[in-house]
Amino acid sequence: MKKKLFKFVLAIATAFTLISVLPAATATAHADTNNSSVSAIKKRGTIKVAVFGDLPPYGWVNKAGTRKGYDIALAKQIGKDLGVKVKYVQVNADSRVDALNSNKVDIVLANFTVTDERKQVIDFANPYMKVAIGVVSKKSNPITKESQLNGKKLIVNKGTTAETYFESKKNITVQKYDSKTQQFNALKNGRASALADDNSYLFAWVKNHKNYEVGIKTLGPSQYIAPGIKKGNTSLLNWTNKEVKKLTKDGFFETDYKNNLKQYFGSDIKASDIVLAKDYDFSK
Amino acid sequence: MSHSGINIFFEGSNFVRLLHGLLVSAEIAFVAIILGAILGIILGALRTTKSRIVRFILRIYLEFFRIVPTVVLLFLFYYILPKNFNLNLSAEVVATLVFALWMAAEMSDIVRSGLISVPKHQTDAGKAIGLNPVQLFRYITLPQSLKLMIPATINLTSRVIKTTSLLLLISVMDVINVGQQIIEANQQQYQNGAFWVYGLIFILYFILCYPLSLWEKHMARKEAAIQNG
Repeated sequence: MKKKLFKFVLAIATAFTLISVLPAATATAHADTNNSSVSAIKKRGTIKVAVFGDLPPYGWVNKAGTRKGYDIALAKQIGKDLGVKVKYVQVNADSRVDALNSNKVDIVLANFTVTDERKQVIDFANPYMKVAIGVVSKKSNPITKESQLNGKKLIVNKGTTAETYFESKKNITVQKYDSKTQQFNALKNGRASALADDNSYLFAWVKNHKNYEVGIKTLGPSQYIAPGIKKGNTSLLNWTNKEVKKLTKDGFFETDYKNNLKQYFGSDIKASDIVLAKDYDFSK
Repeated sequence: MSHSGINIFFEGSNFVRLLHGLLVSAEIAFVAIILGAILGIILGALRTTKSRIVRFILRIYLEFFRIVPTVVLLFLFYYILPKNFNLNLSAEVVATLVFALWMAAEMSDIVRSGLISVPKHQTDAGKAIGLNPVQLFRYITLPQSLKLMIPATINLTSRVIKTTSLLLLISVMDVINVGQQIIEANQQQYQNGAFWVYGLIFILYFILCYPLSLWEKHMARKEAAIQNG
C-alpha cells in the first residue's frame, strides 16, 4: 500500500514538472511549423477568419442567419483568391488578439484598428479602411472647421479617441458621456454645439437624423483598419499585403463600400471618406 | 410604422436560430453534467479514503475549480493552454471539458459530505456481516447518503446550466451569442429588441432548469414518505 502511494505521488510530481517544462520545449519544437502559413491553409482547404457577429454594417448576421458586412465581403474574397473555403469564428473585441495567438484563427477581419500597443503582439497587414474623429453639428448651425469650436461646448464619449484628442484643447469645453445613447441625446437636447466621435459611427447616425451633418469628416491622426495576423507568420502576412494592395487597386473596396456600407451612411458621405484611394501608397 | 417588439422573433429565421443556440448550450451542459457526475462520484468516494495524499490532491483539485472563476477557466483552456501545448480543441469540446471538470470537482465535495454523514454504526454493522469495502459503499453508505446529496446536486446542475451563458466568450454559438447577433442586426427597426430577446432567453433557461426543481421536490416528498413510513 505504502509503495503504491509513493508511486502515485511520484507520478503527480512528474506530471507537474512536465507541465511546467513542456511549454518551453514544445515552443521551440514547433517554432518552425506554421499552421497558418499560406501553404498550410491551402492544404487544409479552409481559412479560419475571426469576425464580429454583432457590428452592423461591418460584421453581422442577417435575419436569415447569413453573415454580412464590409469585413465579411473581404473574407469571402480572400477565400476565393486563396482557393479555399472560409470558416468564420465569431469573436468579441477583447478576444481578437488571443484568438490569433492561440491559433484559433489564421486572420482577423473584425474592424481591427491598428495601434502601437497591438503591433507589439501581432502583425497588421496593409489597411483596407480608414477611420478618424468626426464632428457632427446642426445643419442650421454647422461647424466645419476645428477653430469654430473655440469657446464652445463639445460632447464626447468616454474612452474614445475623440476624448483623448479634445481633452488637451484648452479653448473647448468638453462634456463627457458614458454611452452612445447618452451622448446623442445630449446633442439632440442642445446641451452643446457639436459632438465628436469616430466618423464611421457619425456617418451612420446622421443617416437617421436629417437635421444634423458631419461638418468635420476627419480630424486628428488617421487610424486604419487592417487584417490582423499572428506575429511571425510572414507567409500569410506577405500574401495578405499583396492581396489588399491588389484589391485596393482594382476598386474592390469601393464596391464593398457600395454593397455594404453606403445604405447605412448619410447621403453626403462618399466612399473616399472610408476607403483608401486606389493609388494609396502602402509603403508609408 | 408601429409594431410590437415581439415581431423581432418572426423576422426571417430568428426564432429557430435562438432555439438552435439553446440546443448548443443544453447539449454542452447535458454531456458535462453526466460526465462530471460520474467522475465526481468516484472522486467523492476516493476523498473518504484513509490515504492523506489522495485526499490532499483531490482537495487541491476541488479548491482550484471552486475558487477560479469559470470565465477564467474557459479562457485558460481555450486561449492560453493551446498556445503553450500546441493542442487545439474546438470551442465546444473545451466548454464541455471545463464544465465537466468543474461539475466533478463540486460533485466530489457533495458526495464526500454525503458519505461521511452516514452514521458509523451503519458501516460497522456492514463490516460485521462481512461486506468488503466496495459492497459497503454499494449497499450501505451510498443508498443512505443519496438523499442528502440530491438537493445539492440539483442546485449544482442548474448552476452549470445557467453558467453556459458564459460560452459566448470562447466563440461558442450559444443562445446568448445568437441573441446578441439578432439584437444588433435589428437595432434600427427594433429599438427595444434587447428587452424581447433577453426576455425570451430568460424563459428558455427557465424551461431548462425548472423541471429539475420539480424533480427535486418530487424526490424529497418520496423520501419523506419512506421515512415516515
